[in-house]
Amino acid sequence: MTAALAFDLLLVAALVWSAARALTVADVFRGVVLFIVFGLLMALAWARLGAPDIALAEAAIGAGLTGALLLDAVGHLRAKREPGP
Amino acid sequence: MSVGLLYALAGAALVAIGLAGLLLLPQLLRKILAFNILGSGAFLILVGLGQRDGGIDPVPQAMVLTGIVVAIAATALALALARQLLDLSGRMRLPEDGPDAGAADD
Amino acid sequence: MSRAVAALVVLLAAGLAAALGLAMLDLPEPAVRLPARVAAKLGDSGVDHPVTAVLLNFRAYDTLLEVAVLLLALVGVLALARPHAARAAAPAHPLLQTLARLVAPLMVLVAGYLLWIGAHAPGGAFQAGAVLAAAGVLLRLAGLLPAWAQPGLLLRGGLALGLLVFVAVAVAVLGQGSLLQYPPAAAGGLILLIEAGLTLSIGLTLAGLYLAGTEVEP
Repeated sequence: MTAALAFDLLLVAALVWSAARALTVADVFRGVVLFIVFGLLMALAWARLGAPDIALAEAAIGAGLTGALLLDAVGHLRAKREPGP
Repeated sequence: MSVGLLYALAGAALVAIGLAGLLLLPQLLRKILAFNILGSGAFLILVGLGQRDGGIDPVPQAMVLTGIVVAIAATALALALARQLLDLSGRMRLPEDGPDAGAADD
Repeated sequence: MSRAVAALVVLLAAGLAAALGLAMLDLPEPAVRLPARVAAKLGDSGVDHPVTAVLLNFRAYDTLLEVAVLLLALVGVLALARPHAARAAAPAHPLLQTLARLVAPLMVLVAGYLLWIGAHAPGGAFQAGAVLAAAGVLLRLAGLLPAWAQPGLLLRGGLALGLLVFVAVAVAVLGQGSLLQYPPAAAGGLILLIEAGLTLSIGLTLAGLYLAGTEVEP
């Protein structure tokens, strides 16, 4: 029980921290990477809440597809900022 | 305190973080991130509160499952719009957020 | 925006979180026990997994509208995609290409498994569709799929298939009385039919959100 509670508290702290850092870190690319980390932590949280359906969807969609879309947008943004070497 | 309630409380914190980010950050990509964090917080509250007595409740779980898919659809549309704005104006921020476009974040 | 306004917004957001938390701690016992009601009706739903029963039977109209929203979002993304995004993908590293060729069929297999198992265990159309879409994104990253600028007729048919099957079933069972109330004997088959259509359409739509909007660096 105490180990499970400790894990929950740690996971909750990591969730809130990664969310806050994703928004406040100076570089957008690092923000997106932190957001992907946040998505994976959310998948863990769903597993802890006894919701494996959502955990599956979150891991594939929340972390995977959203991450791919966001990283692509960052790449586009950077290509616009620094037009080619 | 049950596991559900703990995660619902974390969801409340995430809603606050997402809301503050949505209002304060001028960069559109950050706004989209904040919007997603706000949504994740709402999902956690839905499922967490539904299971605050310890049992498993399939109804909010199913609603959140649809919610996640709608969230990525909205995110993709928002990103396409932001990209269009970037191509047209050279910046990824809204015009009313001031002319300080030279920020490193932009 | 001045620092004072920013500090005020942060303070208000923190206050909102505190108020939400206090309200949650103070909630009364729920008046209606939804899990018990779902469990009581699970036998009539045609599937054994409660989440799938809620998604495709008890609250099927939610899912119906959600698929429509997904399709609308893709229409929006396609409307914003510019023609020059339709270039063929740049060839990726041969190792990545080989890996993608090996993994993509396995992902299709996993999607089929998730679709089938959804009736009894965690899984179903959304997860299966997400895995299909991930396979599409992987193939795109490996340079094996071109971006979509203007999906052809076949692709459009695949995108709309899930919604069309869903609406067709809804119309067909309308004679039963209320919207999307399946006859219990046929419920399992109808749900599998809808889910098969949904898996294909959700997979294509989610992949399309990536394939239509993105372009490869020249």
